[in-house]
Amino acid sequence: MAARLARIRWGTAPAAARRGPLVSCRRWAGASSDTVYDVVVSGGGLVGAAMACALGYDIHFCDKKILLLEAGPKKVLGKLPETYSNRVSSISPGSATLLSSFGAWDHICNMRYRAFRRMQVWDACSEALIMFDKDNLDDMGCIVENNVIMHALTKQLEAVSDRVTVLYKSKAVSYTWPYPFSMADSSPWVHITLGDGSILQTKLLIGADGHNSGVRQAAGIQNVSWNYDQSAVVATLHLSEATENNVAWQRFLPSGPIALLPLSDTLSSLVWSTSHEHAAELVSMDEEKFVDAVNSAFWSDANHTDFIDSAGSMLQYAVAFLKPTKISARQLPPSVARVDAKSRILFPLGLGHAAEYVRPRLALIGDAAHRVHPLAGQGANMGFGDISSLLHHLRTAAFNGKDLGSMSHLTAYETDRQRHNTALLAATDLLKRLYSTSAAPLVLLRTWGLQATNAVSPLKEQIMAFASK
Amino acid sequence: MWGGRKLSSSGSRFLGAHRSPFRGTQADCPRLTTSAAYSKNQLSWTLQIKPSVFSEYRSMCFKSYSMTFACLNRMKSYSLPWTRPYSTSRTTVDSSEVKTFLALAHRWWDEQGVYAPLHSMNDLRVPFIRDNLLKTVADHQPGKPLSGMKILDVGCGGGLLTEPLGRLGASVIGIDPVDENIKTAQHHKSFDPVLDKRIEYRACSLEKIVEETAETFDAVVASEVVEHVIDLEMFIQCCCQVLKPGGSLFITTINKTQLSYALGIVFSEQIAGIVPKGTHTWEKFVSPEKLESILESNGLSVQTVAGMLYNPFSGYWHWSKNTSLNYAAHAVKSSIQEHPAPAEFALKEETEEVRIETSTNSGVHEELKK
Repeated sequence: MAARLARIRWGTAPAAARRGPLVSCRRWAGASSDTVYDVVVSGGGLVGAAMACALGYDIHFCDKKILLLEAGPKKVLGKLPETYSNRVSSISPGSATLLSSFGAWDHICNMRYRAFRRMQVWDACSEALIMFDKDNLDDMGCIVENNVIMHALTKQLEAVSDRVTVLYKSKAVSYTWPYPFSMADSSPWVHITLGDGSILQTKLLIGADGHNSGVRQAAGIQNVSWNYDQSAVVATLHLSEATENNVAWQRFLPSGPIALLPLSDTLSSLVWSTSHEHAAELVSMDEEKFVDAVNSAFWSDANHTDFIDSAGSMLQYAVAFLKPTKISARQLPPSVARVDAKSRILFPLGLGHAAEYVRPRLALIGDAAHRVHPLAGQGANMGFGDISSLLHHLRTAAFNGKDLGSMSHLTAYETDRQRHNTALLAATDLLKRLYSTSAAPLVLLRTWGLQATNAVSPLKEQIMAFASK
Repeated sequence: MWGGRKLSSSGSRFLGAHRSPFRGTQADCPRLTTSAAYSKNQLSWTLQIKPSVFSEYRSMCFKSYSMTFACLNRMKSYSLPWTRPYSTSRTTVDSSEVKTFLALAHRWWDEQGVYAPLHSMNDLRVPFIRDNLLKTVADHQPGKPLSGMKILDVGCGGGLLTEPLGRLGASVIGIDPVDENIKTAQHHKSFDPVLDKRIEYRACSLEKIVEETAETFDAVVASEVVEHVIDLEMFIQCCCQVLKPGGSLFITTINKTQLSYALGIVFSEQIAGIVPKGTHTWEKFVSPEKLESILESNGLSVQTVAGMLYNPFSGYWHWSKNTSLNYAAHAVKSSIQEHPAPAEFALKEETEEVRIETSTNSGVHEELKK
């Protein structure tokens, strides 16, 4: 009998060994047992706020308690400022669909955005170019200022304040995760300790707290990341003359890509990725010199070599011979007249990807899960894509009465998104590396590659379809 | 079937350490029970214990789908006085043992654990119940589609199916004869303030509910239960009595086929030895035809019978036309009441009638097959 009991005790020993944290869990559960949120979104940036909005407006979650945690203050634009913000995002049709599904897109339309119909990408070391456009004159995407999107999301969050609680100026200082399945005494929920010492409980925590995600670190999720030897300089530019301005331009310089994104008939936004030193120089130089630098970056042929030029034009002739139909003609980017005062800032670039997007009762979205080079303009879109996917899986789970924090549907979200995001990350990283050199063989390779891609329209359509998700 | 097999295998693996202390008691227990009434039956350990514990209750339902369960029963029988199967007083019980049971009973909620197939079966059975119930209402809130409905979950186990139904807005009563299951279920829902209000768990038999209420539930759910019931006809009758007219009865179970015998009994018990001999009693499995005839004879019209297949590699269930292993059935109680609330006497008579009817029905089926 004694032996039998001893053996039973031995069986429970692992549970007893972990008693430490369990005790504290119990105390917390007692402290605020009446508030168990169904979903807490940590981080109220573009992606976090959009996630909370999407949940708040979905009728499948009308019975759920949703909370958004934002460390910063509430960001509402009293009146649309005259000057454009230098932080803009390229919004794909897929992202716009998501934003309109909960009414935020209407606000954006009432404020300002600029649609672009074409995208021209070309090489600084050769004549190679690729032109993306849609025959049916559909927009390829829109350039929207981040603070306009943020304003729209905040407005929409206000409208569902009965369903979505927003805690501004509240930062989570620590997270306690539940054990894989509930032990005898421990709470099965995620506990979030806020800066003021209060504790929240949630069935599902969504980490949307940016590329330095505290949620990801607290969960101990591995993050593959490296910093590029590049910084991005952003600025608002005034064009020399008013144009239709509906093309997004990007040129690959050996030092990094430079992009000109339309904001209005006379304004464009600049995103110039270049070496840290050059970036610092660009930000500090006087405005006139800066404008010259931008113009020469788009127009200069200094990096061309005769060999590559002739090799490129040979392929061009071959393509024209095989496929006599028109190939979208090269267009010339607008020239820049001046730069908005104080609009120049720089920020370092890097790549990051979380090894796991989900854990029991945890999902990472947006930059918390992946950080990407801005050259493809996909950063915000990947985040919004995460939201669409996670929302889809959570909606089904809710309608099936499932526990929202259950791994069975969270892993489905992870599979969906990793498939898409890793492909995009790899592609942008490869492009970044491929175009960072002016070594002749690689230049020749990419010149031919770009020309060939440009000539094969099904391939181009595939790329566009992928990027507009 | 497959589910049962997988459950059983991992269950027995998991319980390997725990089982051994009770080997000694097994020898004693069965002798006790078999001498009582079932000496001629070649029943399993589990089943030998169950009838003795609940001998007063003729139809008893168990979700003892797996070895874990069987073991729990065994342990329970070992620790509790035989005469007080439903005793709520725990004073006679060693507290360290209760902890062990609790730790074990928590396996119910391990999504990747021994009950994983039951967890993933929710992907089929919850929509099955939800959609069939929603057919009866004009419109619903997607956030709380089953709000306002009263559901009885018979043999709720750890509450694996009870909680999803509660989350869909229904007020659910989950009953199970095994105390530890109810404790686990109770404990698990206690962390969720919403479910805590919507769900009520009781360690009692279906008969107890029948005694207390009649025609109260919009739906009765008996998932993976009827293959463990002793008197199926009585069981269905009880379900019918607590259903409102027009209410739905949902059943999922294992078919009585050569395939279920081959995979469930011969392969897993005799060849592979993953399941101890006698865990499943093929004789107790129910064919859809038999079930249908019992349902129809009790004034329940069968709406749907659908096969379910478990893929042990992916861990997911799929709907299938093939009902030769697992299947789900939905039956509706006729709105016009045929029998007035039967008195004790009438009930017995009815049972007899039903038996005769069933036997003739099955005779008809036999003929049809030929």
